[in-house]
Amino acid sequence: MVIALFITCVTDTMFPGAGRATVEVLERLGHEVVFVPEQTCCGQMHLNSGYRKQARSLARSLVRTFADYDVIVAPSASCVGTIRESYAELLGGPNPLASRMFELSELLVHHLGVEDVGAAFPHRVAYHPTCHSLRVLRVGDAPLRLLRAVRGLELVEPDRANECCGFGGTFSIKNADTSAAMLADKLDSIEGSGAEVCVALDGSCLLHIGGGLSRRGSQVRSLHLAEVLASR
Amino acid sequence: MRTPGSFPAAAGAALADVQLRTNLRAATDTIRSKRDRVVRELSDWDELREAGRTIKANVLARLDEYLVQFEESVERAGGHVHWARDGVEAAAIVADVTLAHGANEVVKVKSLTTDEIELNSALAAAGIDAIETDFAELILQLDGDWSSHILVPAIHRNRTEIRDLFARTIAPTISSDDPHELVEAARTYLRERFLRARVGVSGANFGVADTGTLCVVESEGNGRMCTTLPEVLVTVLGIEKLVPSIPDLEVFLQLLPRSATGERMNPYTSLWTGVSADDGPQEFHVILLDNGRTRVLGNEVGREALHCIRCSACLNICPVYTRTGGHAYGSVYPGPIGAILTPQLIGVENAPSLPFASSLCGACYEVCPVKIDIPKVLVHLRAESVRVAGTRSEGLAMRIAGWSFGGSRRFAFSQRVARLLQRSLTRGRASRRLPGPLAAWTRHRDLPPAATESFRTWWSRERT
Repeated sequence: MVIALFITCVTDTMFPGAGRATVEVLERLGHEVVFVPEQTCCGQMHLNSGYRKQARSLARSLVRTFADYDVIVAPSASCVGTIRESYAELLGGPNPLASRMFELSELLVHHLGVEDVGAAFPHRVAYHPTCHSLRVLRVGDAPLRLLRAVRGLELVEPDRANECCGFGGTFSIKNADTSAAMLADKLDSIEGSGAEVCVALDGSCLLHIGGGLSRRGSQVRSLHLAEVLASR
Repeated sequence: MRTPGSFPAAAGAALADVQLRTNLRAATDTIRSKRDRVVRELSDWDELREAGRTIKANVLARLDEYLVQFEESVERAGGHVHWARDGVEAAAIVADVTLAHGANEVVKVKSLTTDEIELNSALAAAGIDAIETDFAELILQLDGDWSSHILVPAIHRNRTEIRDLFARTIAPTISSDDPHELVEAARTYLRERFLRARVGVSGANFGVADTGTLCVVESEGNGRMCTTLPEVLVTVLGIEKLVPSIPDLEVFLQLLPRSATGERMNPYTSLWTGVSADDGPQEFHVILLDNGRTRVLGNEVGREALHCIRCSACLNICPVYTRTGGHAYGSVYPGPIGAILTPQLIGVENAPSLPFASSLCGACYEVCPVKIDIPKVLVHLRAESVRVAGTRSEGLAMRIAGWSFGGSRRFAFSQRVARLLQRSLTRGRASRRLPGPLAAWTRHRDLPPAATESFRTWWSRERT
């Protein structure tokens, strides 16, 4: 199958390893991955910060960029959520990407029917279900199914796993103190779970959690789901 | 109605209060787990939510008709109907009715609507003493404090604080902070006032358009004392609280207690229609209050905030509310619902920071018994907030970001610039102190160094 990759602006800039891992996993499963260089950003930050004009223009251009592809994958639930849930209203018409844009774990499990991608990762892993994967895309246990099939991986569940890490885009800047209080509780629960690695499927949440772990001098690392799935 | 200050500033102060966070967490955790348990019992929960939403949407779509029908029904049953554009008009009507009966004291049912219009201080100015009879509302009134939770107004107070307050005010001899003794002290104080009160004042959870019936849902029975003992009863009803007919209550009386207190059935559900000879108040007034509601109704996206049945499930689940508490929202409607209701009731320009008081995690939408899409309304109101109160510096930053996302060359260029800037500040290590608005990030977290090679550069080097 030909699968177009929407890398997302955050992953492209901050976590290219997660992008390379996404490519590797899909190619290992026999798919052809295409990268359209015209892509930039889905407009989520502008939309959620109240700048609809810029968001609309980014949405239009993303729709054009991926016009020729039937299956598009992004290693980010919040970007896919924005595209799927907000584009119709933002564009004031049909949303051509709604049925063609998938988050990585939902593509693998729900659409390609794959759970075991042939990965090995002998570590204790806490999975953080990001808000938009859980409550907007409703990926359910798709990421957990993928992780359970990884050889050597031990899953641990942090307390209050479903609670937001406090990122929320510009929320983390505008309401930095509240965001930090949420993050502190999230880090406590991750560290308390005994995990060596915290895994999620949104680069932006990982930027937040990883930045918090780093500031604490924690031994726990943060990784994108794709990076775990690419390990062998 | 109160005008909130800056949410981030008020939240910052609240976050420093460790005791407050501990109290809140314990209380909201308890209610949440009870709610989850009783909601899971119902296999048709989602259909109930959908029914609730549908009834509310229908009422709002035909509110003009339902209001007139309600007025006719109340008058047919022997009640009087008043229309109030705002809190000042509503308070004047309550004062007039009270003074016309020669009373200078009223007993009150717990009511957010009367808190919204600050009825008590308006009555005080008219020489009328308004006595709160809900246990938590009484605590707040005795202390000159105000509500921080829709359902549990004194959630920010603990037992010892309440004992000390009672010792200072209504029960000088109290020494124990045992809940039974605290409640007994309040009961002794209130009983005397119930028996002598000539005028009762209430809000209502629902008004039934085709019968003129009012419905108050409460847990203590004190509300029912106020609606049955006095000769005169005045109810202040927000115009959005109507339902078409009695069978509609069946939906909400399932949704509300399970979402609010985690109970299958509400302890005291009072319904009354006009006046009945020799039973209960012999004079009944209902004041239909607008106070910004028609403004909300005019907002196509935001109007669903008027579906709210005041259960507070969204507060208890909200990761922001459970850290900051309710006072940070500067309104009697705190939490996620407050963040969309307050700015619409008083104008976004008067509460521009509230729509941003959310990480958009979506937990509120998931628990809302009438499926209010709070994140969607928040995002909608953010655009209004930017329009009426946006800052130049943020607008500029967003335009720059918009420009750099405006084409792949610009974006690749911006990536390089950002990488060079960050490297010149931190020499390739994680940033611990960044300038400008990013300082708010690095106050609490590191920013990892941007990758030495972006994905797109890697792709064009390796794959093309």
